[in-house]
Amino acid sequence: MNTVAAIDPRHAAGQRLRERVFRGATLAAALLVLLLLGGVTVSLLAGAWPAFTHFKLSFLAREVWNPVTDQYGALAPVYGTVVTSLLAMLFAIPVSFGIGIFLTELAPHWLKRPVGVAIELLAAVPSIIYGIWGLFVLAPVLQRHVQPWLIEVLGPLPLIGSLFQGPPFGIGVLTASFVLAIMVIPFISAVTRDVFETVPDVLKESAYGLGATTWEVIWQVVVPYARGGMIGGIMLGLGRALGETMAVTFVIGNAHRIGSSLLAPGTTISASIANEFAEAVGDLYTSSLVALGALLFLITFSVIAAARFMLLRLERKALSAV
Amino acid sequence: MSRRALRKLVNALALALSGVATAIGLFFLGAILWTLLRNGLAGMSLQLFTAMTPPPGGSGGLLNAIYGSVVMTLIGILIGGPIGMLAGTYLAEYGRTTRISSVIRFVNDVLLSAPSIIIGLFVYELLVIRMGHFSAIAGAVALAIIAMPVTVRTTEDMLNLVPQGMKDASTAMGAYPWRTITSVIYPAARSGIVTGLLLAVARISGETAPLLFTALNNQFWSSTLTAPMANLPVVIFQFALSPYPNWQQLAWSGALLITGSILILSITARVVVARLNPGGKQ
Repeated sequence: MNTVAAIDPRHAAGQRLRERVFRGATLAAALLVLLLLGGVTVSLLAGAWPAFTHFKLSFLAREVWNPVTDQYGALAPVYGTVVTSLLAMLFAIPVSFGIGIFLTELAPHWLKRPVGVAIELLAAVPSIIYGIWGLFVLAPVLQRHVQPWLIEVLGPLPLIGSLFQGPPFGIGVLTASFVLAIMVIPFISAVTRDVFETVPDVLKESAYGLGATTWEVIWQVVVPYARGGMIGGIMLGLGRALGETMAVTFVIGNAHRIGSSLLAPGTTISASIANEFAEAVGDLYTSSLVALGALLFLITFSVIAAARFMLLRLERKALSAV
Repeated sequence: MSRRALRKLVNALALALSGVATAIGLFFLGAILWTLLRNGLAGMSLQLFTAMTPPPGGSGGLLNAIYGSVVMTLIGILIGGPIGMLAGTYLAEYGRTTRISSVIRFVNDVLLSAPSIIIGLFVYELLVIRMGHFSAIAGAVALAIIAMPVTVRTTEDMLNLVPQGMKDASTAMGAYPWRTITSVIYPAARSGIVTGLLLAVARISGETAPLLFTALNNQFWSSTLTAPMANLPVVIFQFALSPYPNWQQLAWSGALLITGSILILSITARVVVARLNPGGKQ
């Protein structure tokens, strides 16, 4: 029997030292994650400081964006970011909900995995690919077939009519929302499917036993049970949409203005940064773009943190139910 | 209509709509892949892999961009991968349920979904300003920062799959945790960890936004890490938006190349996980 390890004090000391080094290395790497978030926050704030101190709160409230006169306001990109993301969610939520139902309750067993993987592959496609596809394939289709119809049918309506007026550019806020929707569908459907699967079979079976239809089971048993997780998934998708850069940059038209029509070109925070940052001259111009970045970080951070918090709570619930 | 018939109708309608929703999702995947194949295959030739990016109107390939992408992705994963693995090890084996671990897990999840353009801005402030110019190494660091949270997450998940009994057996033989981790747990979780690294590579090799103002672009061959370097995503971005047909053709070919590699990587990763964890969902 080999008892050397227990007896030899030098060997034991060496083991302890290695343990300390290894443990220290893993802890340092883990703390680096925290440091990274801190570093991102500090560097964004430092970079944005000149713009914030120069324009004060008016930076948030002004639509002007003029590199020639060095006047910058965040309103147009913030508006574009929020509107494109919310519209994208409007398209994406029902579709993702449907995919979640199909994958958990409807698809035959042999179909579940291939379809699930295909939807997940949609999430692996890089965003720049969505961008060129949106610009060269989707935008012309919308311009020729969808937007004229919207202008003709919805344009004359009171209240919402102004959203659908003006020439059909092809590119613009609506097209960007559409591309964003396609991008976030896989994220939301994956989370929806996963939270639907956490619903205990006993709950569903008792509802079926009472004679409920599949839809009634989904709507009255599965959805209430999974609500928190679904909202978490939706907000995760929203976080994606808010921060998405390349896909939007291709199709939004990059105009620093707030158009009343959804068919008009606009801009978002990330598209402005992507388009202008490398070429920005002058400290105030650069700083204003970083300030936009800081705003984006603040918005997405809150949304993602809330989403993760909700998903975490659901995970705990699932654990305690076992 | 009887109440029963109405309920059946609503049920059929709702389920049909969920099928339609799935068809919509699959349709877009198909549409995107078809567009890429149709436009990208036309430009596939040997020249694509042997010639540099051309001036407008000239003929050329994507060699410098492919090389730049490979170099920056590799450096990115070589920096981000090991750090992510160590951090994931801490969360799975040392920290587990401590408060600091939950905070780190939470922050890591936030970084995982943070907009990549923000990471680009951060690296610009951190490196590009200090160095005074754009550089390949700045691009690689930006990619490393994006790869790290992915690796942390997958490493932790994979280490948690290793049966507790194996860990206990090693501990019972008097092994220190580091010995258990490096000699028992890592080998047991090896293919899972490799899968995580593959997924991280897939994630960063298509990233464009963080490279725009870190690595920038370079029309010529450059292997200097401290100089701007060409890379596929930024070349695709510039060429696709240009008015020149030969540039647009190269953009499509590059797009096909990059999407093809990423899909192959992701599918490989999935096959490995499926084999590792039969029966369970990945």
